[in-house]
Amino acid sequence: MSKSERPNPLFRNLNAKIASIPMILTASVIFVGGTVWTVFYSFTNSKLLPRLNFVGLDQYYRLWATPRWLISIENLLIYGAISLVFSLVIGFLLAALLDQKIRFEDTFRTIFLYPFALSFIVTGLVWQWLLNPDFGIQHVVRDLGWTSFTFDPLYNSSIVIYGISIAALWQGTGLIMCLMLAGLRGIDEDIWKAARVDGIPMWKTYLFIVIPMMRPVFITTLVIIASGIVKVYDLVVAQTSGGPGIASEVPAKYVYDYMFFAQNLGQGFAASTMMLLSVVIVIVPWAYLEFGGKKRV
Amino acid sequence: MRYRFLTAALAATAALQFAGPAAATDLEVTHWWTSGGEAAAVAEFAKAFDATGNHWVDGAIAGSGGTARPIMISRITGGDPMGATQFNHGRQAEELVQAGLMRDLTDVATKGKWAEVVRPKSLLDSCTIDGKIYCVPVNIHSWQWLWLSNEAFEKAGVPLPKDWNEFVAAAPALEKAGIIPLAVGGQAWQSSGAFDVLLAAVGGTDAFLKVYKDKDATFAAGPEIAKVFKAADDARKMAKNTNVQDWNQATNLVITGKAGGQIMGDWAQGEFQVAGKVAGKDYSCLPGLGLNEVIATGGDAFYFPLLKDADKSKAQEVLAETLLDPKTQVAFNLKKGSLPVRGDVDLNAANDCMKKGLAILAKGSVMPWTDQLLSQDTQKQKEDLFAEFFAKPDLTVEEAQKRFAALVASAD
Repeated sequence: MSKSERPNPLFRNLNAKIASIPMILTASVIFVGGTVWTVFYSFTNSKLLPRLNFVGLDQYYRLWATPRWLISIENLLIYGAISLVFSLVIGFLLAALLDQKIRFEDTFRTIFLYPFALSFIVTGLVWQWLLNPDFGIQHVVRDLGWTSFTFDPLYNSSIVIYGISIAALWQGTGLIMCLMLAGLRGIDEDIWKAARVDGIPMWKTYLFIVIPMMRPVFITTLVIIASGIVKVYDLVVAQTSGGPGIASEVPAKYVYDYMFFAQNLGQGFAASTMMLLSVVIVIVPWAYLEFGGKKRV
Repeated sequence: MRYRFLTAALAATAALQFAGPAAATDLEVTHWWTSGGEAAAVAEFAKAFDATGNHWVDGAIAGSGGTARPIMISRITGGDPMGATQFNHGRQAEELVQAGLMRDLTDVATKGKWAEVVRPKSLLDSCTIDGKIYCVPVNIHSWQWLWLSNEAFEKAGVPLPKDWNEFVAAAPALEKAGIIPLAVGGQAWQSSGAFDVLLAAVGGTDAFLKVYKDKDATFAAGPEIAKVFKAADDARKMAKNTNVQDWNQATNLVITGKAGGQIMGDWAQGEFQVAGKVAGKDYSCLPGLGLNEVIATGGDAFYFPLLKDADKSKAQEVLAETLLDPKTQVAFNLKKGSLPVRGDVDLNAANDCMKKGLAILAKGSVMPWTDQLLSQDTQKQKEDLFAEFFAKPDLTVEEAQKRFAALVASAD
């Protein structure tokens, strides 16, 4: 490393660079190329097969005039807010509780993480049964004697999205807890000792010392949760198929349905472009704040 | 499961045979007939085709047409076409034909005199694009049936209705007896289909054609269609306690007497048969809801992708002929519960309801259905609208009709 003349930076780590060529190609051709192709064709009136017949912004006008799309967006916002807030809060609380050097920590960790081993499809089916008024929670409580008890979120248009969120939280919180726990374990024991010496109460230590130190973990967690929110599809399909009516539709399902069932590629592309745009609007300012200015090594 | 295993085994042998010289020509046929009765019906086709010295390679795709069609289409557009594939004839495969991916069957049709034997004529018309024939219709399925549970009406103490209006009038009595008057499953196509049936029955054939064929938006916003929406409003009130998703679960409510009736196509009949119910005694059927006894001529058809292999192309011709063979038609349709596409075959084994259908067909009271008239895109939008209408009581009749008219205006 301590040579007098520096080698051309282009040839530094040459092996690694050659090895990553396939990935670079995949990323640029498939991800970027596919994205550009999709956006491009969203301005055409392609039906079953892609066609170069430009119609300007027509697909977008139609998209934003469609009640189903508007409901999908609204649902995504509610679902997003709930998953973001609750999975962070519950995940952190569980991690903080597990961090108190309790007995059987491994057992609890396994139990909490276990749902994450299930796919969204299985989660959705399990919760479809649990929330079914004829077999699930409502049925059990009524059998216990509370005959007027009603709990059927999946059959009530106005609260169905909350029923879906419950299943998502059950499935995903365990992973968030594990990430948080790893973050907590990364905090130096001496910090805690110092805080204790200064007589700072535990909750204050968490809130004002530990959490700010866990910033990188929070960022990772946030990215994982956010990507999970935008792509939510299989959970809805398994639990309600978008019902009752169209009350629990989500954007990803709109894209799929219009591309393949309705044989209207243009409309599906327009919807997926809007999804991409919303992600870009969230990611770009954040990435700018996070990585802009300072160079990372 | 055994059936699937068999499929896999057949596919494996087919793959092996590619290596060596094949004595008989293998032709892969994809379809979405996977329920018990459907699989038995399609096995009749396979048997008949194998008897010609060729080999039917079964490519069943589970999960109904909605799941199967994208797979079939992507195989054809992706350059891996099968020997033949099922579609609902009409406009589902229209673009594939226009893109030149499907085989022109006009020669085979002229040789087999299809124009003379296929009845009603509209079936062949839906296979025809620019004067050329691209598909073989194999059966007729119609949507316009109201299935009634005799047991439910007995329990409620009201006589069996003879048409839709009597049925609506009987709804309060049914509800009082703890019976759901009308079973409508949660899947979008069911509520959308039920509305189409109401449109054809309450509005009449002309109104149906004016809306879906001529796409007359002013008419769709007018008072005649308002009547249909009023009927749909009755229907959604009668159906509000149906907590099931799939159509056969809804049919099952009628079979067990938990629901009074269901608006569903004649494929529901298979469910009644499997449950050992007898038409006329345990259940009754009202074609056209008893108001407008016309049968829509939707159904299934086989399309043949354009292949380069000469042997396979020849086998395609043989298959096309086999599908329309009178003997195959009878064997297939009896198991499927649908009506044959030829007028010159004998269906003695048909049950009460099927005979009602045959009689209407013989009178020539037929009309086209949405599969033939509307693009998949418009159909999907319609499904979205009626799924919402049936599930959301606060969506008013007026608002729904306004949105329906807008949909008709932009329909293609």
